[in-house]
Amino acid sequence: MADRIIGIDLGTTNSLVAFMQDGAPVIIPGEDGLNLVPSVVALDDKGNPVVGNAARKYLVETPERAVYSVKRLMGRDLRDVQDELELFPFRLADDIAPGEVLRLSLGGVTFTPPEISAMVLRQLKRNAERYFGGAVTKAVITVPAYFNDAQRQATKDAGRIAGLEVLRLVNEPTAASLAYGLDRRKNGTIAVYDFGGGTFDVSILKLHDGIFEVLATNGDTHLGGDDIDNLLIRIALNDIRGDLGVDISRNGEAVQRIRKAVIEAKIALSLADLVKLEVELPDGKHYLREITRPQFEALIAPVIDRTLPPCKQALRDAGLLPSDIDEVVLVGGSTRIPQVRQIVRHLFQREPHCQLNPDEVVAAGAAIQANILAGGSGATKEMLLLDITPLSLGIEALGGVVAKIIHRNSTIPASATEHFTTGVDGQTAVAVHVVQGERELAQDCRSLARFDLQGIPPMPAGLPRIEVRFLIDANGILQVSAREQRSGQAAHVSVQPSYGLTDDQVEKMILDSFDYAEQDIEQRQIIEARNETETILAALHKGRNGPAWQALGSDEQRAINASEGHLRTLREGGDYKAIRAAIDDLNERTTRLAELMMDTAVSSVLQGKTMATADVGDDIAAPHPFAAAEIKST
Amino acid sequence: MTNTFEILPQPSGQSSHQCWSCGDMRAALFCDSCGSLQPAAPTDYFTFFGWPRKLNLEMPALEREYYRLSRLLHPDLFANTTTQEQTWSLQKTSHLNDAYRTLRDPILRTEYLLRLQGLQVHEKPAGASLAAAAMGESKKGASSELLEEAFELNMQLEELQMNHKMGEHDEDLERQLAEQESALVAKLAQLDGELHQQWNQWDALANTDGLPASKILDSMVELLSRRSYLRNLVRDVKEALAD
Repeated sequence: MADRIIGIDLGTTNSLVAFMQDGAPVIIPGEDGLNLVPSVVALDDKGNPVVGNAARKYLVETPERAVYSVKRLMGRDLRDVQDELELFPFRLADDIAPGEVLRLSLGGVTFTPPEISAMVLRQLKRNAERYFGGAVTKAVITVPAYFNDAQRQATKDAGRIAGLEVLRLVNEPTAASLAYGLDRRKNGTIAVYDFGGGTFDVSILKLHDGIFEVLATNGDTHLGGDDIDNLLIRIALNDIRGDLGVDISRNGEAVQRIRKAVIEAKIALSLADLVKLEVELPDGKHYLREITRPQFEALIAPVIDRTLPPCKQALRDAGLLPSDIDEVVLVGGSTRIPQVRQIVRHLFQREPHCQLNPDEVVAAGAAIQANILAGGSGATKEMLLLDITPLSLGIEALGGVVAKIIHRNSTIPASATEHFTTGVDGQTAVAVHVVQGERELAQDCRSLARFDLQGIPPMPAGLPRIEVRFLIDANGILQVSAREQRSGQAAHVSVQPSYGLTDDQVEKMILDSFDYAEQDIEQRQIIEARNETETILAALHKGRNGPAWQALGSDEQRAINASEGHLRTLREGGDYKAIRAAIDDLNERTTRLAELMMDTAVSSVLQGKTMATADVGDDIAAPHPFAAAEIKST
Repeated sequence: MTNTFEILPQPSGQSSHQCWSCGDMRAALFCDSCGSLQPAAPTDYFTFFGWPRKLNLEMPALEREYYRLSRLLHPDLFANTTTQEQTWSLQKTSHLNDAYRTLRDPILRTEYLLRLQGLQVHEKPAGASLAAAAMGESKKGASSELLEEAFELNMQLEELQMNHKMGEHDEDLERQLAEQESALVAKLAQLDGELHQQWNQWDALANTDGLPASKILDSMVELLSRRSYLRNLVRDVKEALAD
């Protein structure tokens, strides 16, 4: 039998793995018997990764060793994630430059977002292998439809690091439509409204005798149930600050307790009209508050309303009216909220279809697509997905204006050919800047790649004719190839422009990954500690040769010298904890030196956010619709 | 992130007229003998669908053919084949999608045909606006009558914007603009009718396969240019009224 290809829903909050069996998708449970694997990763006290339900307790107990919602950081750089850092306790490494792949600190070791996602994927892979009793190496992974090129590439990298060949990335709402279509077998036009933990997507599809043709898609990659949770957390923190006079927003453990409680309250409010929120605070006091359904609905209305403009735009792009939609399929845990169903009902003027399990339908669709790629069987034999690219692709033209070359909502694979020439006699290279987005100026779009067309034969200006071909593949990922037409000697090259990790980095991460070397974690910690040692010593060396050193007092200089000597003696040893302590010591003693060396404004941007300093946001500006809370001593 | 491209010589021996797999005579998409997928060959969109360069297309037939070819060429069907065949499938499917996107849109289709016939088609500048039009930047497609109208319209739009700024509401002005909008839309429909007639003439010529076609093509270029100008006017009025 051909290799088994599994379908994976790699979610912001939960992940699942599924497989087609006897003509129907089956969700493969984990060892704990549960289908949902929370997308939470922690390192236990031995430094081994723990994933899923087992990792959740670490969020409260040792928040500095645990991370959740890492999907929000996939394929993004420091400049993109400032908003996230205010709301999520991500501990970023403190030496990340803009444009560099982010690194998160977990129990003293740093990992990129794809490496952390890979730990979740590896768990799902193991679950599937246990289920089949054999190796699994190929997968289809779903991504939000509105993910850009970099976010897709990062997801593919995560798969590779986890030891999976990613045969296809499928858009989540489209995957859901496959599950719906397999179930219903009806022709017509459907809308998929996918409101998950961290992302919102809407897709409009035409179903025609097994062809699933996506007409338009829209969304917001930073809108989900998380946003509702954060609203509730802020209110609780405000209450506690107001009534108790203590600010616990910097207490990671307390915030996680509140987070857990508000999520439970949110879920309960989908059925109940009134819930009691109760959280035990660090000082033994209890925070209590009642929330009624109308209060909750008034509070979250602004979040939910943000799903409407993407829906309207998708309809407009598809050239359809709400009344043209034959069915609206609900996907994602947040669509369990009655108020969400209400606005969907209102917008599309019909009762939404909610017979499919909103948590599992995307994974089921991934399994169906996996089955199609494996050659199809029975029910899927006639099924074919024609998906689109969610964002326009453009190149930066003179004056920073974007010339769009592939428009959003074009069916993929899609291509465009552009011609470039030289501006100066004898010029042998031309710079090209590729961007993704709908805005008019390149600076407002997402930069995908900058590259030079090199090796152009020297000719008078304007004479070379370089044909560059842009191709968006079936995964929604860009490939670029170029050839010079005028020089007689036909030339051709194909290079994949990359944002994020290079192939070499990914290869290294595969080798580093825990599957190959679970025991290497200590070795890795030593290596990382040594690397950090080199970094700080190099910085110190630089500082000594600058004017900042002279500005220090002789006491300060002596203290630094002593600390440096201590670190140098420890660094070749095998005790990474001692090395790390020495680094921290030197770090502390050189703070003023560093401040003198660096522009403080720049350094504050690059400053790592830790759990201890993570800010859950300021007071919400408008008065919230809740009654006063009650604080009770036990 | 910087990527460097090296322009390298193209490998030779790619222009075979034989099926790479069985050596029989090469067909366009699949080998007639053994059914293997063939490498991408440069063909225009009409030829890709196996149709003559005619402008009247039956949409249901186009869609049917698009679905049929998708079911034969899509990368999903080649997940278990050689890398070479996967690449060809990717190239052919992107060509198919580009062709379908172009041919199903009447204006894109006409522009494409004109370019195929070697004509320069008026490209609208990215930020073409009424203001730019009234300044005469794209007067190529506009008759003097149209230009005068545009100028008038521009004044009214400016007035409307001014009103918005001041928080005022001139219902008379808005009604006038709405009327103008429907007049422009009607004119656009009339142009589409004319375009259709020219399609018919072109298609009839293609049938008899002889007479010089340049006159028809030239008038199509002119008509498309006028149309693009008019469409920008309609867009500007719509936007102003929606503000």
